[in-house]
Amino acid sequence: MNKVVNDFSIQVATVNGSGSQTANLVLLRSIFQMGIPVSGKNMFPSNIAGLPTWYTVRANRDGFIARKKEVDFLVAMNAETAREDVMTLEPGRAVLYDEPLKLNQLRTDLTFYPVPFDKIVATVCTDAKLRRLVKNMIYDGVLSELLGIEMGEMEKALRKQFGKKVKAADLNMGALKAGADYAKQHLTKADPFAVERMNKTGGMILIEGNTAAALGAMFAGVTVVAWYPITPSSSLPEALIGYLKKYRVDPATGKATYAVVQAEDEIASIGMVLGAGWAGARAMTSTSGPGVSLMSEFAGLAYYAEIPGVVFDIQRVGPSTGLPTRTAQGDIASTALLSHGDTKQILLIPSSVEECFELAQDAFDLAERFQQLVFVMSDLDLGMNTWMSTPFTYPDRVYDRGKVLTAENVKALGAEWGRYRDVDGDGIPYRTIPDTGMPSYFTRGSGHNERGQYSERPDDYQRNVDRLARKHETAKQQVPAPIVEDADAEVAIVAYGTSHWAVVEARTQLEKEAGLKTAYMRLRAFPFPAEVDAFIARYKRVYLVEQNRDAQMKMLLRIELPAGATNHVRSVLHYNGLPIDARSITDDILVQEGRKARDTVEAAAAVGRGAAAVATAAREGE
Amino acid sequence: MGEPVKAKTNRIGLEMAPYRGGKTTLCAGCGHNAISERIIDAFFEMGVNPRDVIKLSGIGCSSKTPAYFLADAHGFNSVHGRMPSVATGALLANRKMIAIGVSGDGDTGAIGIGQFVHLMRRNVPLVYIIEDNGCYGLTKGQFSPTADVGSTQKNGQPNDLPPIDTCMLAVQLGASFVARSFSGDKKQLLAILKAAIAHRGTAMIDVLSPCVTFNDHEGSTKSYAYVKEHDEPGGEVNFVPFFEDISVEYDPGTTTAVTMHDGSKLYLKKVAEEYNPTDKLAAMRLMHETHARGEFATGILYIEPDKDDFVNQLNLVDTPLAFLPTGTVRPGREVLDAVMEEHR
Ligand SMILES: Cc1ncc(C[n+]2csc(CCOP(=O)(O)OP(=O)(O)O)c2C)c(N)n1
Ligand code: SF4
Repeated sequence: MNKVVNDFSIQVATVNGSGSQTANLVLLRSIFQMGIPVSGKNMFPSNIAGLPTWYTVRANRDGFIARKKEVDFLVAMNAETAREDVMTLEPGRAVLYDEPLKLNQLRTDLTFYPVPFDKIVATVCTDAKLRRLVKNMIYDGVLSELLGIEMGEMEKALRKQFGKKVKAADLNMGALKAGADYAKQHLTKADPFAVERMNKTGGMILIEGNTAAALGAMFAGVTVVAWYPITPSSSLPEALIGYLKKYRVDPATGKATYAVVQAEDEIASIGMVLGAGWAGARAMTSTSGPGVSLMSEFAGLAYYAEIPGVVFDIQRVGPSTGLPTRTAQGDIASTALLSHGDTKQILLIPSSVEECFELAQDAFDLAERFQQLVFVMSDLDLGMNTWMSTPFTYPDRVYDRGKVLTAENVKALGAEWGRYRDVDGDGIPYRTIPDTGMPSYFTRGSGHNERGQYSERPDDYQRNVDRLARKHETAKQQVPAPIVEDADAEVAIVAYGTSHWAVVEARTQLEKEAGLKTAYMRLRAFPFPAEVDAFIARYKRVYLVEQNRDAQMKMLLRIELPAGATNHVRSVLHYNGLPIDARSITDDILVQEGRKARDTVEAAAAVGRGAAAVATAAREGE
Repeated sequence: MGEPVKAKTNRIGLEMAPYRGGKTTLCAGCGHNAISERIIDAFFEMGVNPRDVIKLSGIGCSSKTPAYFLADAHGFNSVHGRMPSVATGALLANRKMIAIGVSGDGDTGAIGIGQFVHLMRRNVPLVYIIEDNGCYGLTKGQFSPTADVGSTQKNGQPNDLPPIDTCMLAVQLGASFVARSFSGDKKQLLAILKAAIAHRGTAMIDVLSPCVTFNDHEGSTKSYAYVKEHDEPGGEVNFVPFFEDISVEYDPGTTTAVTMHDGSKLYLKKVAEEYNPTDKLAAMRLMHETHARGEFATGILYIEPDKDDFVNQLNLVDTPLAFLPTGTVRPGREVLDAVMEEHR
């Protein structure tokens, strides 16, 4: 048997609310501490307790951290899904399971490791009430022994996880050790997967995108936050509140340099953001698709009355309630054109936790520079999952407050100041911020002329929206440019957001498996900088990878690029709610390139979707 | 030729001009115009600099009026029914501004009822005026949620649903200043507005304001004739601002004296022996009883002068959040280092 070192995925199947998250994070962190690139993805139901949930840890020596389609090592703790979980594995994989489930009778082409969890936990935990929680740490212990994860690293990760709660940590340490001892005495290693120390994670951090974005907002100097709870966005404002309380309260006076309001709904959230942005604060909200839909009317007011604000959209699946705990890039088109009439918003699209931090700061500067809303289009996969990253860079630049007039320079403009006048030819007008002594103007969403006065004159309206179109043109040159990697190739891939990680891996698969070299462009913003058009024009066939059904980014390219510029753009679409994986992209491109038959790919597609697809569907969710 | 007449100035030396606004585009005789006039008078007489004021509104004929008063104030005509959130955000950004919001009975009672509820509940410091005509003026006369049962539309169509009493709601929800008045009662409305400006917290004023074009006919309970007939100006309002050093003789048996946050004094005539404007239950009972008689009580119906307001509760630094410099709102390098260390 060939050993497979540092290249596998572990999937832990448990029940929601059983407290397995700590054990999963300890597993992830201990492998990370051993220097091996990792990613952790939580696949959870829209439910508080009782429904099945899966957590996948991927270790990959080459640094590929997208979701891996195939599960290599299954930890089956959930009776309800165990059967399907086992049946969808590819041959040669390993299953660690709760002994009474008797899963070894299901198949003969897998390696089975039965573990009597209840018996073991009874020996280490006298308090019956705590057993349910402590039990999970046992599979970590067993895995440490079977895979070769150093116990010292596991202990370090566990202690970090529990922080000051030493008693709880000690209790869990007992379970961890008991698991390892059991494996030592009763299990014989029979699968190929192994962990060996590397040095690829030195100095790196593990963090969720929402935490990173919260930090970005704090360092961007956010002062007003209004939000309404919604998965998968809530952890962003919640993390932000934690940081603000800690770092943005004047220690001398106990007074806050920020205001956070849990609003009555998303309409009120965005209304507060607009009021605060109008009055000069750096204001933000965070939400997901349903909330963005509710914000639509206010988004039009912000666009037309020219009011800054930042909206984080942590995208989730579906029209309506959809799959609230699954990931997608489904709000791209609707958000870019959010609101009635002619509106075009600015979108920034982070791919990594680092970009959640950085683009959060860009968002506040761009919002004030362009006096409009800036939407940061994250997603559930990025926002709620744990990603490794280099530590973030401290921002040195001074905030860009944009064209804000002060009492002095307003005098210089004299009687000439008109709120909506295009003084500089870039479409961006000058504004004053309501304050004692500042000249006032009347902000309105109804028709207005360059001086901000009510007007229904056709030429006033048209001149104003034409100027807004000019502003949009200016924005093209100032939003984050795409990251371009040219190649001597006919085929190019375009992607954005979290698809990036799967694309990187797919490009090596394409080259290795089919000798297909590809160029790559990662989009980071709407509107599109000139490089986008140029890149697409340079290649014969362009594959645009998206996590939605309707090729939404392609629609936007069609709207924004000259006629015919996107004729050779094809789509690779992934929209089943799971994070996109490299295998799916590679296979889809090979089929479209005529290098692989579609039916072989479809047969393979059933694999790896796992029981996740089957089991939750079988039960009533919400 | 005599001496040029010196224009009247107020206590801060400003003339009337910055308190006035653009020329109204509302119908001649619309109650809303009279309210704008009183707002101008109230701010002038209180000596509030319009530059320190933000004036906000929703959408409707009523919501157009901020363009017709306080020309020098910073104005924001927002979206239908959602002005409360905009005002809340603006006040969080700049706690030093004095805020006045104008809404309609449709703007507040229908599309905006949710935000109204939460504005009252938070006790956001602003003067919130509902210009209440029982109908949607701007969309041409449909019933609004404050229309009374049996009140008819111009075409004779009666209203079948009971009205929302915004004052009763406001008291129940936590507003700390609740009043009702009539656009035609100059004296009372002016006194209430001045007291509202002196109040710290939400000052909710429902002003009956007849729509001459769509709701001033016989059969309407929001017509000039009907309102005049059924107005029950019980609690006569006598407001003495803090800057006027007047001591008023009052009889505690018939008048309640309230000291406001800024030291201004309010003398409210008792409508009934047991009525006390600082007592929620008494206020509710008064409204119920007058309503049962087919009348409506006007005056300051409820007041809680010392209730903490929303902005205060958040314990913000003194400098408006809008003007905090980079150095104050961006934590130092060591903070990022520490957070990164936590995630290693
Ligand atoms: C979202 C939305 N829905 C509907 C309208 C149309 N609309 C404009 S004003 C108005 C009603 C105004 O009535 P009210 O608030 O009572 O004010 P009035 O005109 O009577 O002063 C409506 C329904 C709108 N502007 N926005
Ligand atoms: S329609 Fe009615 S509410 Fe509107 S301006 Fe005319 S009178 Fe006033």
